[in-house]
Amino acid sequence: MAETRYSQDHEWIRVEGDVGTVGITQYAQEQLGDVVFVEVPQAGRTVAKGEACAVVESVKAASDIYAPASGEVIEGNAGLADAPGDVNAEPTGKGWFFKLKLSDKAELGGLMDENAYDEFVKSLG
Amino acid sequence: MSEPTAGPLKRTPLYDLHRELGARIVPFAGYEMPVQYPTGILVEHAQTRNSCGLFDVSHMGQVRLTSKAGHNAAKALETIVPGDIVGLQPGQQRYTQFTNEEGGILDDLMVTSTGDHLNLVVNAACKDADLAHIQANLSSSCEIEPMFSRGLLALQGPQAVTVLSRFAPQVATMAFMTGAFVMIEGARCYVTRSGYTGCDGFEISTPADATDPIARKLLSHPEVKPIGLGARDSLRLEAGLCLYGHDIDTTTTPVEAVLLWSIGKDRRAGGARAGGYPGAAAVQKHAADGAPRKRVGLLPEGKAIAREGAEIAIGGKIVGKVTSGGFGPTLGRAVAMGYVEKAHSANGTKVDLVVRGKPVPAEIVPMPFVKHTYYRG
Repeated sequence: MAETRYSQDHEWIRVEGDVGTVGITQYAQEQLGDVVFVEVPQAGRTVAKGEACAVVESVKAASDIYAPASGEVIEGNAGLADAPGDVNAEPTGKGWFFKLKLSDKAELGGLMDENAYDEFVKSLG
Repeated sequence: MSEPTAGPLKRTPLYDLHRELGARIVPFAGYEMPVQYPTGILVEHAQTRNSCGLFDVSHMGQVRLTSKAGHNAAKALETIVPGDIVGLQPGQQRYTQFTNEEGGILDDLMVTSTGDHLNLVVNAACKDADLAHIQANLSSSCEIEPMFSRGLLALQGPQAVTVLSRFAPQVATMAFMTGAFVMIEGARCYVTRSGYTGCDGFEISTPADATDPIARKLLSHPEVKPIGLGARDSLRLEAGLCLYGHDIDTTTTPVEAVLLWSIGKDRRAGGARAGGYPGAAAVQKHAADGAPRKRVGLLPEGKAIAREGAEIAIGGKIVGKVTSGGFGPTLGRAVAMGYVEKAHSANGTKVDLVVRGKPVPAEIVPMPFVKHTYYRG
């Protein structure tokens, strides 16, 4: 069964087996506003936990997306090139950014579960 | 859109209305301002281009100059701006700049002659410094009245004239860059046919306490939606209009900024009232010999967005810098403007914009990116 964890940078990672799918949260897309460009990492790139590896641009500004865990990118969401608005419409569905083959699943322990993340967002006011 | 500020943030007369409308409020130029409403910047941008948008620009500074006995306010103002102010007929509006001794731009502003007065509209972030500058230079010749508590509403877009005509039919025949006193909802307002979007539209200077009722009344018309600072920025960028502090500042002359058109021929070398403003020699030298660099439009290939600060390169050599860049919703693609060395400034020149360390191919193109639709009568 898939398990979703959350980072303090408002990324989510949904883990099935040793593959994690990464995107940004509903809160993050609301804060960004209309997304007009997304740059996702290419398959084969190795990323470290906390490394900036994707970019999301709203009308106003560019923001980095950080890898919530270490691993090798196995797929970037090519669909976002033509439909960046998917990040706003379905941040946890069609608007996913990339998939990672996790190198150390123990890292996930440092991320929040859904309840903890909801509390974290509430604490931001 | 937010900028660092000192001291408590100020509010415009429309603060409560912005809150009611669900605006996201950000600090901007010392004010709590709406950056967007719930529909978002893309919808607001299209609303303005296709129908009509209402912007709160009450944070901008309005200053009224009146000639003291035996003096001429227009002549006096020409000692600190390069624009032709003496030649301004009653009811005419003009764009000009305050310059420094090097010919750099301290601020850009609109000047309208009402016949009895000159009305100035300056940028919010500069207004206190501008007022001090005006007082330091014009106190002996002009009564100087800051009207910082007045409201300023911008009603912009192709339907703006239809809507405002319902309140005041005489605005329909006003031409671009003219102004008139108009009664709106019982309040004496000063309306100019101008704006910062490239669209037809009006700016309405309102008594402070009439600002909120007039804004609500305008919003009750089905063509009108509230628009925040986010779309204001994307609209002006598509229109190729300069944002002070970004595309123009104390280090850019009006010639480098390609604003020489705003210096009337009477104020240019050989004109009847040539020079006479701070930095005139430097500006005239740029006008005569060509400035070493020039503000240009930049159209990136593909979808990557080059923002302010991105370097402009040709064959790996840096030839300039982006000063404004973003997504142009009307075009559905990225657009930018910036300064490049004169030798590389011709339209059609292929350049690279360095975005996150990677070159993004782009071409130097004429501006505006979206055609102006001003009403010229």
